[in-house]
Order: sequence, then structure tokens, then C-alpha cells
Amino acid sequence: MNILFRQGRVLDPARGVDQVADVLIVDGCLQAIQPALELGCERPGELRQVDARGKWIVPGLVDMHVHLREPGEEYKETIASGTRAAVAGGYTAVACMPNTKPVNDNAAVTRFILERAREQGSCRVYPVGAISTGSAGESLAEFGELREAGVVAVSDDGRPVMNSLLMRRALEYAKIFDLLVISHAEDLHLSRGGLMNEGPISTAQGLQGIPNTAEEVMVARDLLLAEWTGSRLHIAHVSTAGSVRLIRDAKGRGVAVTAETAPHYFCLNDEALATFDPLYKVNPPLRRPADVEAIRQGLQDGTIDAVATDHAPHSSVEKDIEFEYAANGIIGLESALPLILDLVREGLLSASEAIAKVSCNPARILGIPAGVLVTGRPADLTVIDPEAAYTLDSQAFQSKSRNCPFHGRRVQGRVEMTLVQGRVVFGHRA
Amino acid sequence: MPFNRKDLLGIRDLEAHEIEHILDLAKSFKEINTRSIKKVPTLRGKTVVHLFYEPSTRTRTSFDIAAKRLSADTYSITASASSLVKGETFLDTLKNLEAMKPDVFIIRHSASGAPARMAQRTSAAVINAGDGMHEHPSQALLDMLTMREHKGRLEGLTVLIVGDIAHSRVARSNLWGLKKMGASVVLCGPTTLIPPQIERMGARVCRRPEEAIPDADVIMVLRLQKERQQQMLLPSLREYSMVFGINARRLEKAREDVVIMHPGPINRGVEISPEVADGPHSLILDQVTNGVAVRMALLYLLAQRAEDRGQRPE
Repeated sequence: MNILFRQGRVLDPARGVDQVADVLIVDGCLQAIQPALELGCERPGELRQVDARGKWIVPGLVDMHVHLREPGEEYKETIASGTRAAVAGGYTAVACMPNTKPVNDNAAVTRFILERAREQGSCRVYPVGAISTGSAGESLAEFGELREAGVVAVSDDGRPVMNSLLMRRALEYAKIFDLLVISHAEDLHLSRGGLMNEGPISTAQGLQGIPNTAEEVMVARDLLLAEWTGSRLHIAHVSTAGSVRLIRDAKGRGVAVTAETAPHYFCLNDEALATFDPLYKVNPPLRRPADVEAIRQGLQDGTIDAVATDHAPHSSVEKDIEFEYAANGIIGLESALPLILDLVREGLLSASEAIAKVSCNPARILGIPAGVLVTGRPADLTVIDPEAAYTLDSQAFQSKSRNCPFHGRRVQGRVEMTLVQGRVVFGHRA
Repeated sequence: MPFNRKDLLGIRDLEAHEIEHILDLAKSFKEINTRSIKKVPTLRGKTVVHLFYEPSTRTRTSFDIAAKRLSADTYSITASASSLVKGETFLDTLKNLEAMKPDVFIIRHSASGAPARMAQRTSAAVINAGDGMHEHPSQALLDMLTMREHKGRLEGLTVLIVGDIAHSRVARSNLWGLKKMGASVVLCGPTTLIPPQIERMGARVCRRPEEAIPDADVIMVLRLQKERQQQMLLPSLREYSMVFGINARRLEKAREDVVIMHPGPINRGVEISPEVADGPHSLILDQVTNGVAVRMALLYLLAQRAEDRGQRPE
């Protein structure tokens, strides 16, 4: 099927494009992006024309941090359901973290994920391999074989690397394969037993706190190691003002560091924990309003390059229990876009900057061919109605899980259509 | 209506006049406990379920005696938080018990916030009998009743709470309550056991007990749990006792009419010396006596409310 989008606002930050244009897709590839396309004798057969006036046409969104839970915890999410959630949220590419069961620390697991994604996935899936065998923090995983099997980065997300020597070796060794090292920055001694952000709310609630410093000492350590080894480093889910400051300083010194945050770190703060609702339990935890402000500043000044969702599905078995025993995590794929667009409406980011944080920036960090609209290349793109106002309803999500604290929130900005390789993989039904 | 709530989850939620009302009611119930026949028919036909996820002897016994003296039927369930592992969640347990139509749940849980979550899922009244490090409202009420009895007032009192503030639901509930009633609260303990920004709850924090003892009308000593040593919060119980233990020598600087309280169970010789615990200033056993009266008042208010709710057509 061939598609012609008429008169949409084409936003392609990687190429500095922000103009009203027609977009023609033929045989799965972007054929033309022109202000006013004349269909002459080369008019393709079977052409679907879509009126895109008032809509944004953007590169398919890229989420560089999701948990698809397969293999091992298919009752929470599968590659099929997680990628359906992704395309419903406007994403055409996701990078999935290795903390599956078994851990993605070897080529067999990587190949399984890629094969499942090919067979059952709705979007492109880029696996992230483990830094250490079993993410146990003791010995390096086989980066060479993982790279060959298709991983785009390595990370011990969820089970942070406590051993500084192992982190040093990972940063050094990853250079051979030009693999990105993604740091889940958390000092497990400082965070031990912690259930929420440490501060006045944890004090009043009688919940053990996780101090900002649990994140910041590891951000500082990893920045120093990256600087020393001359390696590329990416800091996942930045949540504190101190981390933003450390990363900003390091970038100023020329350290090859990039960083991401998640919508809940710029939309929510720890006051939400007053109800003991485990929906708000996440790691790193929701922080103080001043941290939220610093994250927003970091997004604005470019210290934080990307917005990822850290989509972390959990079933009610893990979530609808005592706060203390509930699992950490928030699903984000189907709620992120309108929250990011809020930053545009609030004047914090331009439309192009906002789209860049979820397209070309994460694609560049991961080194994947995505996040840009190039004629002749497969048409991965997303059509957004920036004005549509609606209420987020997690019951209607494609994800298998419902742990979304934004359920019931009035938002603005909706995914109208998502295309992967020119195929409509998601279309909003009014 | 001076008290119009479904549940009692924490002192933080209460208004000063509600606290006053509970204490007045408790004072009137005290008399029943001195009769030779210590039973009134007030809650006949009401069902009170003790649901305890954490071991407790004195609180459970106190609630049980209170309920029985009001003629309620009581049932006691000791649930293990590990029932989670066996597949039944705390909400499942609650729903099952709810199906048997109790009027009041008295819930103790090691996890902060668990009673509040349960209260949202049941139409029965819920009394929080202590949750994690969060709140222990009936303890704070009996403490305030005891202080009021001995000092004639709460307003204007200076109450010094000494010990492991960070892990203490008793300290939190007392702090909320005493501030609402116009008392000043000074907290003292090892800096490792003072939770961050507790001043925002209205307390003053001091480093050494000596700084606050001379001005204190009431000194409330908290139990120090031995595990704190393993958690790198303290070098040793010996040093704790030397720096923070309340003993006769430290009390030399105290006011003549100072009273000493402790929520129990006490570690003799650690946070409090035996001569102070058993001495003339100690109100520790008065607290236990008042506990029954306060819990009678709470059951009376909340079980009555359950009846009202049943009668009112929705």
C-alpha cells in the first residue's frame, strides 16, 4: 500500500526541517517530502491519501529504555504486547533492557529476542546486552558475541554495577566494538532498604528513604571513569538535580557522556507518595519538586539528551500489595508523548527540540538508523494530532500491565498513526 | 458531630477537637475499668477482628480487653506478611474477612501505609494499631491522656522524645498529636536515627539529651532495637546508653515535676535505667492502664459509626 500525507507539519529535527509538506510513501519507503507534491505520470497505483492538515509528521519515535519482560516474565509483558504498546505510543523503535529471565548476557538470548520481534513485533526492537554475566556484577559478559548477535549497547540496568573496577573494564572493553555503556547509577549500599525518595515526605510517611546521593555518587564515579578511559557513557533515568549538575559539568569538560530521563521525573514528585499508592513506586524514586525543576532545566539546556520511558510493566500481583513489598516500575510507552508535548506548550522546548529527545537524539546515542526522515529509506514515521485533548485510560492500553500513574490524567496530543516500513502498524480510532 | 470518621489511620488526619473528644471519652470509660464487673453492653453484637501482621502482645491484649469490656465479640488473626509468598495478598485476606461482616478491623502491619490501603477496600471501620514506621495513633492518644491527667493540660507542655526517632511510629504519632494540642516537642537521638527534615513536622531537634532535659515537662523514652547496631546506625548499645540513656544522673538537671514515659517494651539498662523506669517520676504503667480506656473510646466511636452507616439509606 502506498500513502500520501497531504499538508502535514513535517518536523524532522535531525535535518532541521519544520515545514508544511506532502509526504509520499511508496513500497514501504519514503519517496518524497515536498511542499506541494504534483502527482504526474509516476503516480503510484493503490494510493491512499490522508489529509494531514494540522497534524505533525515526525520520524518514528525511539525509546531507548524499555523492559519487554520476554523471555521469562511473559505475564507482565511480551515482545508482542510491548511493541504493540510502543506503536500505540508513536514509537517505531525500542531498546529493551537485558534484565529478562534469563538475562540477555549471551547471543542465544539476543537472537531469541530479535527473532521474536521479527515474528511477533509491531516495531523495531534493539536489544541491550548485559555488562556482566547474569548481571551479577562479577565478570564481563561477552560483548563481542553480543554485538555480533545484534545488541546496540550494554547495561546492567536494574542491577547496577557496584564494582568500580568492573565498570572501568566494561568502559574500556566496550570500545573495541563501539558499544555504548549505559549506567543505571545507584549505590546499592546508600539505597538499601529504600522505598521512596529520602526527604520530608519519607520522614512523615515512615518509609525508608533513598537519598539523591545514592544516584549522584555513581553518576560522579561513572563520569570520572568515562573521562579517564575516554569511553562513551550514557546515564539512564536521571532523577536528581545533582546528577544534572554533574553531567552538565562533565559535558563542559568534553566527556563523551549522554543522558536520558523519563516523563515521571519531569511530571511527578514525591508528594504523590502521600497515599502509599504503589503506582508511584519506581526506581530511581520520584524526587522533590526542586529536582523536577532541575530535570526540566536539564532538558531545556540539552544536558539531558533524550527522554526514554523506562517502561517497566508489572502485574497487579506485584503492584496491588503493601507499598513496601510492591515492585518498582511505571509503564510509559502509551503515556509519554502527551507529557513530552506539555514541555512544548509550557515553552520549555520547541516542537523540534521535543521531538529530537524522542527520535534523532536517542537514535544517535544508540547508533541505530532511526529518528530521521530520509527519502529512499524505509518509512518509519508517526503522525501526531498535537491538539487532541483526551483522558489517559490505562485500561485501554495495549500493554499487558496497568501500572501507569498517569491513568485518568487529562492530556493533550495524540498519536494518530504509526508507520513502520511504510506499513500502518497503529491507527487511532475515533 | 465531634467525631465522624470511618477509620482511625493516623493522628496526622485528626483535628485538635477530635483528639480532645477522644481523650474526654476515654476519661469517662476509665471508670468502668475500676468496677468489680468490668463490662458494659455498649457494643453487644458488634464484631471486632484483630488482624496482626506483626507480633504484638501488649497492643493486641489492650485492644482485646477494651473490646470485651464493651461486650463486642473479638477474633484474632495472626497473619504473616509471608502469606504473600503463599499467594494470598493482604487485600485477599481482608476481602475474605470482610465477607464475614465484621464491624471493626484492628490492623497492625510491619509495612507503613498498609492499614490505609486496606481501609480503602473495606466498608468496615479500620483502626491502625501500628504500621511500620508510620503511625501508632492509639499509643499517641494514650500518651496524651496520661500527660493530660498528670499535667492538667497539653497546651504549653514541653515534651522531649529521646531515642530512635527514625524508626518510631510512636514518635511520629505523638509529634503530630502534641503539636495539634499546642505542646512543644523536642526530639533527641543519634543523628543517624533522626529522619531528614523532621523539623518540618514541627519538632525541634537537639543533639544531646542534656540540652533539653532541664526544660522538659515530659520525657518520653523510646525503645532501641538491637538491630540498629548491625545497620551501621550505632557503634554499640553500650555507647548509646552512655550518651542517650535516661538514668538518675541525667535527671538531676530535670524539673522536679518531670514525668517519664515509655511506650514499652523497655530494654532495662539500655535506653532507660531500672531506677528511672521504676522510680517516682515514671508513668509507664499508667500508660498501659490508659491504653485500655483510649481503645474503648476508639472502638465505641468507630463501631457506632459503622452502625450509623448501616442504618442510613444510601
